[in-house]
Amino acid sequence: MMMEHLPAIIIVFPLIMAFLINVAGWWSKKACFYMALLAVTVSFLASLGILNTVLQSGTISYRFGGWEPPWGIEYVIDHLNAFMLVIVSGITLPVVLYSKKSIEQELPKKIPQFYTLFTLLMMGLLGITITGDAFNLYVLLEIASITGYALIGLGDEKAPLASFNYLIIGTIGACFYLLGVGYLYIMTGSLNMADLAQRLPALYSSNAVMAAFAFFMVGIAIKMAFFPLHVWLPDAYSHAPSTVSAYVACTMTKVGAYVMIRIMFTVFEPSFSIQLHPVTTIFGWVAAAAMMYGCILAVAQNDLKRMLCYIIIAEVGYIVMGISAANRMGFTGAVLHILNDAFMMACLFLVVGAIYYKTGAKTIGEYRGLFKKMPFTSMSFAVGALSVVGVPPTCGFFSKWYLVLGTINAEQWVFAAALLASSLLSAIVFFRVLQNMFFAPAASSSHDQGSESHVQEKRHEAPGSMLIPIFVTIAGILLLGVFSGQIIEMIIQYTVPEGF
Amino acid sequence: MEIIHSSRPALAILVSLIAAFLILITGERSRNLREFWTILASVVKFSVVLSMVPFILEGKVIEYTVLSISPGLSVQFRVDALGIIFGLTASFLWIITSFYSIGYVRSLKEHAQTRYFVCFAVALSATMGVAFSANMFTTFLFYEIITICTFPLVAHKETPEAIQGARKYLTYLLGTSIAFQLLAVFMTYHVAGTLDFRYEGLLNGARGNATDMLLIIIFILYMAGITKAAMMPLHGWLPAAMVAPTPVSALLHAVAVVKTGVFVVVKVVLHIFGINLLTQLGLGTALAYFACVTIVVASVIALTQDNLKRRLAYSTISQLSYVILGVALLTPSGITGSIMHITIHAFGKITLFFTAGAIYVATHKTNVSELDGIGRQMPFTMGAFTLGALSMIGVPPLGGFISKWYLALGAIEAEQLPVIIVLAASTLLNAGYFLPIVYAAFFKEPAPEHHHNPGQKSKIQEAPVLMVVPLVLTGIGAFVLFLAPTFFLDIARIALHAVVGGN
Amino acid sequence: MEFIISKYNYWMYIVLMMIGFYAMIAKRNLVKKLLGLNIFQWAIILFYVSTGVKKGATIPIIEGGHGELVHAVNAAQYLNPLPHVLMLTAIVVGVSTTGVALALIVLIYRRFGTVEEDEILEALK
Repeated sequence: MMMEHLPAIIIVFPLIMAFLINVAGWWSKKACFYMALLAVTVSFLASLGILNTVLQSGTISYRFGGWEPPWGIEYVIDHLNAFMLVIVSGITLPVVLYSKKSIEQELPKKIPQFYTLFTLLMMGLLGITITGDAFNLYVLLEIASITGYALIGLGDEKAPLASFNYLIIGTIGACFYLLGVGYLYIMTGSLNMADLAQRLPALYSSNAVMAAFAFFMVGIAIKMAFFPLHVWLPDAYSHAPSTVSAYVACTMTKVGAYVMIRIMFTVFEPSFSIQLHPVTTIFGWVAAAAMMYGCILAVAQNDLKRMLCYIIIAEVGYIVMGISAANRMGFTGAVLHILNDAFMMACLFLVVGAIYYKTGAKTIGEYRGLFKKMPFTSMSFAVGALSVVGVPPTCGFFSKWYLVLGTINAEQWVFAAALLASSLLSAIVFFRVLQNMFFAPAASSSHDQGSESHVQEKRHEAPGSMLIPIFVTIAGILLLGVFSGQIIEMIIQYTVPEGF
Repeated sequence: MEIIHSSRPALAILVSLIAAFLILITGERSRNLREFWTILASVVKFSVVLSMVPFILEGKVIEYTVLSISPGLSVQFRVDALGIIFGLTASFLWIITSFYSIGYVRSLKEHAQTRYFVCFAVALSATMGVAFSANMFTTFLFYEIITICTFPLVAHKETPEAIQGARKYLTYLLGTSIAFQLLAVFMTYHVAGTLDFRYEGLLNGARGNATDMLLIIIFILYMAGITKAAMMPLHGWLPAAMVAPTPVSALLHAVAVVKTGVFVVVKVVLHIFGINLLTQLGLGTALAYFACVTIVVASVIALTQDNLKRRLAYSTISQLSYVILGVALLTPSGITGSIMHITIHAFGKITLFFTAGAIYVATHKTNVSELDGIGRQMPFTMGAFTLGALSMIGVPPLGGFISKWYLALGAIEAEQLPVIIVLAASTLLNAGYFLPIVYAAFFKEPAPEHHHNPGQKSKIQEAPVLMVVPLVLTGIGAFVLFLAPTFFLDIARIALHAVVGGN
Repeated sequence: MEFIISKYNYWMYIVLMMIGFYAMIAKRNLVKKLLGLNIFQWAIILFYVSTGVKKGATIPIIEGGHGELVHAVNAAQYLNPLPHVLMLTAIVVGVSTTGVALALIVLIYRRFGTVEEDEILEALK
C-alpha cells in the first residue's frame, strides 16, 4: 500500500513539511532543522524504494487522483528518473545536515524561513524529475526556481541584486519553456510526455514543432546555465549563503540537464534531435566552448566560490558534450557525470563553506597555510579537486573516461581534445589553490629553526556536523569511482535511449 | 603459460598504503613508532615481492583482478618477469632509502616529516601498482597517483624555488599524461576494444582496425605522454625536481618515478605495440635515434653543470634513454640490456644521490667545485660515489658494464652502427663528467677557505651512520650485480622469451 | 495580409512579448525591469488563452450534465477549457515570481536607497 504511493509521498510529504516548518518556526527554531531533516530523510528513503521497484519491475506509472494519463497528471518513473531522484534526495541529506551550523551563523534570524524554502526547493527539484507531464514540469520548475531566488537573496550584500538578475533571466527561461509546451499543445492537444512522444513523429516536419523544440532548448539552456546563457550563474551562486550555493550548485544544473535529456530523447525521438537537425553537432561545439570558457575564466578568479561557479559552467559543458556525442558511451558518460558532478560540487562547495565558517576566508590568498589549521577539510578539498581534474581513482576520472570514449566513437577528435584540454585547465585552476593550502610560502617565517621549534599551529577544524557531510561526499567521490562499473550495469545502461 | 591466481600483488601494494595510514595516525607523537612503520612496511613489501619470484622463475604468471569496470576495462594485476624485476628493485631500494631518509630528515631537522613519510609510502604503493599492472588502464591509474603523491615531496622545502620546481614538475607530468598519454590510451581502447597487455602486442593483434597513420599517431602520443621517462625535449621537469630533499631525489628520481616512466615505455613498446608491428612501421629505429640524441645531449649538458644534483639529474636523463634505446632496437640482446639497465642503473644512481645527500648533510655543500679534497673527510661516502660513478660509466668490475654490453650487442644485432658510436661517445662523456669529481675529491687539496680550522682538516667527518651504511650498501650492490648477474639475467630472459618467443 | 489578420492573436502576443523583452534589457530601473517581465509573462498567458477560443463557441459547461440524459456532446460548440485552466496555474506562478522580485527590490532599496541599477553598481564598487 505504502510502496504503491511512494511517488506521491516523495512530493507531498516535503510539501506538507514545508508548511509545518513555517508554522513550527513561531514556537521553536530548533525544531525547524529536525523537521527539514525528517522531510529529506523520508524523501530519500522513498526515492530508494522507488529505485528498488524500478530495478525489479521496470517503469512505474502513477496517476494522481486516478485520472487517466492524457487528461490527468501522470508520474512516470523509469531508470533515469529513479536514478535522478536518488541523486537529488541523496545529496540533499548531507547538505541539510551541514546547514545546521552554517545557517545558525549566517542567517540566525531566518532559520524557519530558510528551512521552509529549502524543503520546498528540494520538493520542486524532485518533482521536476518525477513528473511525466510537460506542463506540470513547468510548474515544478518554477517552484524550484522561485525558492531558489529567495534563498539566494538571503546571501551577502550583493545577493539581492544578483538574485534579482537571476530571477529576470530565469523567468525568461521558464517562459520559453512554457511557450514550447504551448506550441506542442496546439499541435497535438496533449501535455503528457509519453502521449506527446507518440503523436509527435507524424508532425516532425511542422515548423511549429521545430519552433517548440527550439524554445525548449533555449529555456532549458538558461535554467541549466549552458554557455552562452550562463551569465546569471556566477553572481547568483557566489553571493548566496554557503549552504544554498552548495545545494543549488550540485542539483539545479543537473536537474536542468535531466530535463534536456527528457525533452530531447523522450518527448522527441533521437531521430528528430540527431538526424533531422544538426542539434547534437551544434551542442557539441557549444559544449566545447563552454568547457574552455568555464575553465579559463575559473583560472582568472580570485574568489573561491566564484571560481567554482565557472567550473560548474564547464561541468555543464561536459554533460552536454556527452549527450551530443549521441552514442551509448557518450550518453553513459553524461548520465554518470550528472551523478559524479553532484558529489564533486557538493564536496567543494561544502568545504569552501566550512572554511568560510571557520576562518572567514574567501579568496585564494586567504587560503594560505590552511592545511595546518584545518587538515581534514583541506584534504577533502584536495580529493574533490582531483576528481574535477579527473585524476584516477576518483569518480571524475570515470565519467570523463566514458565521455572521451563517446566523442572518439563519434569520431569527433576535436571534442576529445577539448575534453582533455579542459581537464588540464582545471588542473591549473585547482593546483593554484591547493598549493596555497598545503605549501604556504610566506606563512611560515621560522623555517630555518626546523621542525623541533616549529610552533604547531592550533587546529581550527570545522565542527563535526559540517565535517561528516563533507566526508560523506568524499566517500561518495571515491566509492562512485570504484563502483562506476556496477552503477552503469545496474542502472545507466537502461537509461540510454533506443537507437544509440 | 600457467596462470596463478593470488592476491599477493595486491598485498604488495596494500602494505605501504596501510603503512601510510599508520604513519599518519602516529604522526609526530612518537617518531620512533612512525619510522618503525616505514621500515616494517618496506621489509614486508620486499618479502611479498620476493615470495612471488619462485613462481616467475618457473615461468608462471600471477594474476589478480581487483575490479572490472566494464568489458575490456578493469583494474587488474599480472606479475610477470618484467614486472618482478622492477618490483624487486624498487621495493629493495625502498628498505635502504627508508633508513637513509630517517638519517637525513633527522639530522637536517626537516619539517613536516609525517607528510614526507606518508607520501613516500603511497608513492611506493603506486610504483608497485605500475610494476604489476595487467593493462594500460591500471598502469595509467597508478602512473597518475605517483605524480600526485610525489608532488608534496618535491615541494617539501616550501621555499619559493621548491614551489616553482614542484609546479614545473607537476605541469610536465600531469599535463602531458592527460593531454597525450590519456588520449593515446583512449585511442588504443577505441582500436583494440581492450587495454590488456599482450605479449605479441595488443595493437599488433588489432591491426585491421586502424590505419598505419593512426597507429603512428598513437605511438607518438604515448611517447610524448610518458614524460616520466624524461626523453628530450620533455625532460625539463627532472632538473627542476632536484629541489626535493635528496632521499626523494634518490629513490623517486633515480628509481621510482623515472623508472616508472621507462618501464611504461618498455611496456608500451613490447606489450601494446609489439615487436612485429613496430618493426613494420619502422618506429623502433625512430625511437632509437630519439633516445640517442637524448643520451648525447643530456651528457653534454651534464658536463656544464656545477650543482652536483643537477649534474646527476642530467646524467639520469641520459641513462634513462639507454633503457629506451635498448628496447627500441627491438632485438633480443637490446631488450635484455634495457631490462638489466633498469635495475643496474637504479643501484648506481641511488648511490650517487645518496652521496650527494650525505655531502650536503655533513658539509652543506652542493656544488661540484666545492668538493675538492672531500674524499679525505668522507672516505666511505666518496668511495661509494666512485663505485656508483664507475658503474654509470660502465667499467668492467661493475654492474653498468653488463647492461652496456648487452646494449652494444643489441645494436650490432640490429645493424645500427650509429648507435654503437653513440654508446661509445656517451661512455666517454660519462667519464668526462664523473671522473673529475672523483679526482677532485681524493687528490685535490681542499679549498683554502676551509683552512681556518686546520685541526679538523684531516679528520674523518662522515655523515650519520644511518646515511653512510645505506649508500655503502648500494655501492656494493652495484658491484655485486656484476659478479652475480645470473639471477636478474634469468628473469630478463623469461621476460624476453614471452615477447620474442625464441631462445 | 490575410496571413497576418487571420492569426492576429499570435501577432499581438509577439508584440507584447517584445515590449516586455525590451523593457527587461534596456531599462536600468529594477521596477521597470520587473514590469517588463510581467508583460512578457502575460503575453504568453494571453497566447494560451487565445488558443482555447473558437469562433461561435460557448463556455464549456454541458447543459444537463448532472445525471440527466446527455446528448452527444459536440466539442466544436465549446471553448477548450484546458489552456485556461493551465493559465490559472501559470498566473499563480507569475504572481509569486513578482512577489519574490518585489521583496528583493525592497531589500535592495533598503540597502542602497535606490532602485537604479547603475547607482547600485556604483555603490558596490
